[in-house]
Amino acid sequence: MDKLSALSPCSGLLPLTIGAAKVVEVEPGHLTSVAPYNRQHDKLSKAMKAVCGVAYPQANGLTRDGDTQAIWFGHAQAILVGPAADAGLAKHAALTDQSDAWAVVTLSGDAAEDVLARLVPVDVRLAHFAVGQAVRTQLMHLSVSLARVDEGTFQIMAFRSMAHTLVHDLKTAMEAVAARG
Amino acid sequence: MRVAGKGLLDYSKPVTFSFDGVNYTGLEGDTLASALLANEVRLVGRSFKYHRPRGILTAGSEEPNALVTVGQGGRQEPNVRATMQELYEGLSARSQNRGLSLQFDPMAITDLAAPFLGAGFYYKTFMWPRAFWEKLYEPIIRRAAGLGALSGEDNADVYDKAYAFCDLLVIGSGPAGLMAALVAGRAGADVILAEEDSRMGGRLLAETQEFDGKPGHVWADEVLTELRSMDNVRLMTRTAVTGAYDGGTFGALERVRHHLGSRPAGAPIETFWRIASKRAVLAAGALERPVAFRNNDRPGIMTAGAVRTYLNRWGVAPGQRVAVFGNTNDIHRTARDLLDAGVHVAGVIDSRHDGPTSEDYPVYRGAQVSNSAGRKALESITIRSASGEQNLHADCLAMSGGWNPTVHLTCHMNGRPTWKREIESFVPTPGAIPGMEAAGACNGTFSTAACLREGAEVVTRALADLGHTAPKVTQPRAEDDAYEIAPLWAVPGKGRAWLDFQNDVTVKDVKQAAVENFRSVEHMKRYTTQGMATDQGKNSNVAALAILADATGRGIPETGTTTFRPPYSPVPIAALGAGGTGKSFAAERFTTSHAANVERGAPLIEAGLWYRPSYFTKAGETTWRESCDREVGYVRNAVGVADVSTLGKIDVQGKDAGQFLDFVYTNMFSSLKVGRTRYGLMLREDGFVMDDGTTARLGENHYVMTTTTAGAGDVMKHLEFVNQALRRDLDVQFTSVTEQWAQFAVAGPKSREVLDALLDQPLTDEDWPFMACGPVKVLGVDARLFRISFSGEHAYEVAVPARYGDSLFRLLAKKAEALGGGVYGMEALNVLRIEKGFITHSEIHGRTTAYDIGMGRMVSAKKDCIGKTMTQRPGLEEPGREVLVGLKPVDTNGQVLAGAHLYKQGDEPVRTNDQGYLTSVCHSPTLGHMLALGFMADGRERHGEIVKMVDGLRGVETLCEVVDPVFFDQQGERVRG
Repeated sequence: MDKLSALSPCSGLLPLTIGAAKVVEVEPGHLTSVAPYNRQHDKLSKAMKAVCGVAYPQANGLTRDGDTQAIWFGHAQAILVGPAADAGLAKHAALTDQSDAWAVVTLSGDAAEDVLARLVPVDVRLAHFAVGQAVRTQLMHLSVSLARVDEGTFQIMAFRSMAHTLVHDLKTAMEAVAARG
Repeated sequence: MRVAGKGLLDYSKPVTFSFDGVNYTGLEGDTLASALLANEVRLVGRSFKYHRPRGILTAGSEEPNALVTVGQGGRQEPNVRATMQELYEGLSARSQNRGLSLQFDPMAITDLAAPFLGAGFYYKTFMWPRAFWEKLYEPIIRRAAGLGALSGEDNADVYDKAYAFCDLLVIGSGPAGLMAALVAGRAGADVILAEEDSRMGGRLLAETQEFDGKPGHVWADEVLTELRSMDNVRLMTRTAVTGAYDGGTFGALERVRHHLGSRPAGAPIETFWRIASKRAVLAAGALERPVAFRNNDRPGIMTAGAVRTYLNRWGVAPGQRVAVFGNTNDIHRTARDLLDAGVHVAGVIDSRHDGPTSEDYPVYRGAQVSNSAGRKALESITIRSASGEQNLHADCLAMSGGWNPTVHLTCHMNGRPTWKREIESFVPTPGAIPGMEAAGACNGTFSTAACLREGAEVVTRALADLGHTAPKVTQPRAEDDAYEIAPLWAVPGKGRAWLDFQNDVTVKDVKQAAVENFRSVEHMKRYTTQGMATDQGKNSNVAALAILADATGRGIPETGTTTFRPPYSPVPIAALGAGGTGKSFAAERFTTSHAANVERGAPLIEAGLWYRPSYFTKAGETTWRESCDREVGYVRNAVGVADVSTLGKIDVQGKDAGQFLDFVYTNMFSSLKVGRTRYGLMLREDGFVMDDGTTARLGENHYVMTTTTAGAGDVMKHLEFVNQALRRDLDVQFTSVTEQWAQFAVAGPKSREVLDALLDQPLTDEDWPFMACGPVKVLGVDARLFRISFSGEHAYEVAVPARYGDSLFRLLAKKAEALGGGVYGMEALNVLRIEKGFITHSEIHGRTTAYDIGMGRMVSAKKDCIGKTMTQRPGLEEPGREVLVGLKPVDTNGQVLAGAHLYKQGDEPVRTNDQGYLTSVCHSPTLGHMLALGFMADGRERHGEIVKMVDGLRGVETLCEVVDPVFFDQQGERVRG
């Protein structure tokens, strides 16, 4: 009997630990792009809070409730991570399934900030990029979403098709940092 | 020679190294230069042009002479400054630009020919015969002159680059820099202190002066200990800030492993930093100027500051009988330090008549050093005074023509420094770099006490800007001597007096430039080559322009400086381009079928960043054409499967989605029925074709647009621009779903059979006519199906969530193979579309209109759209334009070539007779000959005409018949079948 089997974006590539940095793939559940329609921002945010437990995030921020996250994703766009989006939200926003579009990894460990300093042109030190902050930025050549999910952990989202390059770039930087001792 | 008890290094830690194959022992903490001097090696290189023996001139980054090569093969590093190379166990360095050996260099004969080799000599002499310059003269001259060389092998070292951020960047860690960092650190500001040297402290490591009664370096260490304990201060040693750029951004090169013998895999040797800083304090110190006098380039003649540095920091006396020559009170500091260390001071030559005297050593006031003697090392100097000339035996001369503030960074945004007569030097012009202020010696403030004071003052202002209050920091008592300089640039007299040691430029050369009317300092620089190469004139710029000013009868400020450009000190291209080699050069995008393609051995072709299979070779096939023809056959006769996921896919949603699409496409989409797909054409603002593709209506307010692979990003950007800037009234949102869906073309007469085997519900003619679309389930998984075709066959594209892409591709391939078909690659895909006359970006290459490609009528008359008005410009829709045609060779074996041009049969193939050109060609296995698409003047009216295709590059000429661009199944029966 024929059957479709699923592969995760980073299957065969992760986990990876080099020096004091560790990268693992995250199984985020559903990813839904939420793009508010004109003048629907506030209603959307209320509805999200009511049905998903998380409000629509501020620019460069994320909201969180348990395993559910809403990450700011650029102009008029957030990504809802965790449960499937409630169809009722479609009144206020364009909902687009992105569950398979992004490779989601976390980078953690004492060397995580030094690794990112080699890849991302953003000040990721805790005092400047606190828990709950999120940016769209570049990681080497890749366009990514970077968020600090707790003090020692960054969540990185990159295009699924570029998962190889994401892991290659992280690995190169992790090796460079580890070799400095 | 090491002086017992002197120096800031550990005598118990010997380090073995070699220079030109000879082993020596130095100490941990030595530089190559200090260790060579400790071993009494004084000849370390040959000069650039005349191959004159050269020694060590300085003790820092500005060293022009002591350049060596370190490492072998792919790790060979030329032009390493011996003054910057830290010693490590096993270090092996070699001298450069020399003949048989450093001691015996036959090229030194050029020195004898020096009278003929002055500035401009080459340009004047090697003019004739003209052709000889490039082939004969230049190669010979280049071989004779030069610096170190690369090995020619790939660089085996790893480099990286990184970003750093701070509120305050302090550049330099001498007294001013340390004071600034201390005040800012205590204020709680976010500080980076960057120092080019391996150890922080600047001149405090090189001088014997006291701070509150203790040695300066002890005070420096105490400050550094405190700074290290602060979380808000980051100390970066071995980090040269090399450039100042817009918005408070600085470039900096960190030497990470040059001081270590080992190179573990992946370990970067250098890191290029981009430091973003809100405010900066430049405390880069000053560089001492040599004095130009006859034969002032002999090994053993050094700057006075360097002599003190070697003595006080590394415990090395560069000579046993040292003479001191200069024009400031510094000369006595040098003499005192030498005497205290037990080194014999042969004499102090003070160019001033009113300088201080001494009872401890002879002082020659109002005198100058006018010549030197000694072959490969200094033996004696000639002193000239009012009473005549006399020789003085000395094996080392410490010279000082005063100090030049290190103004370089303040000039990187096109600022020019300001002349300050009291110190006979240039100082930074305030405000030249927004947010940066200079303090200490680099600002022309030379006493230590004043440096400390200024460091604190400048940082207090910066802290106020940053919203911090500077704490009161007690300033230690320190030296506050007067500088008292009298100008001393060049000692008059015959012979060659060197200005630029690195480029062998003399006082005479600069004067000659003025004589030949190269009076602008920029012209003088280019004519003489003064100020070029690794030291960029750090030792010679001010003196050279002082001499030019004199020769041209102008003042120094009127003469001006040349342009200071980044980098301040040499930065390897490898460091600037770190992370740009191998797989790090560009991102790779892999489709979900990538692993399967690789397993099948398909050669991959890059489409943007995507890697797509060209063709899939089967056993027995020897050329790509055989594979391609077979794959075309699958689609025409059975069924073929291809991954088309790389095409851009954009979800367009919102109540105004249809209206929005009407505005960006030339044709109507608001009228498209739900469950149907339509081909769309998109124009740029200027009326030329931008992109094309199909758009499907999945719901009342929901469309999914397809773009070309190459155009996906541009189209997304275009849609956002149109919505945000032009049609904010329309309520619509876009989300790229290219990555979400793995999409496969299933094409050919048996395509439905393949799909029926995998879909939960079989397809019917009524529900799935040509251009239908809708949701389906593939083996229980929610999917999208589109009955569209890029091959002209009955075909579908099926899209599943990307996680299932690999699995579905393998299943589709298996089903197709069972029906006599199989997978096909880009080559076959291209043949299939050319046979049908379908366009790609080969045809919509940016210079063609909808009219040109035969789609003029797709620009709807019923509505406005982006680019419509501009298509109506004169010239864009009129007779004579080159329009899309098909071409086939008259002889079925004839060859057609993309890029070839078309001419009338009898015409000469010259530009004025050009009729058009070919954009796409293929061999059609279906029709048995080659085909081409191209553009030809009035082509649509010329079907049936025989024209001449000429490929001037490859020398091919073929007679072709002009035909309709649709070669196969012109009625389109197969696609609907």
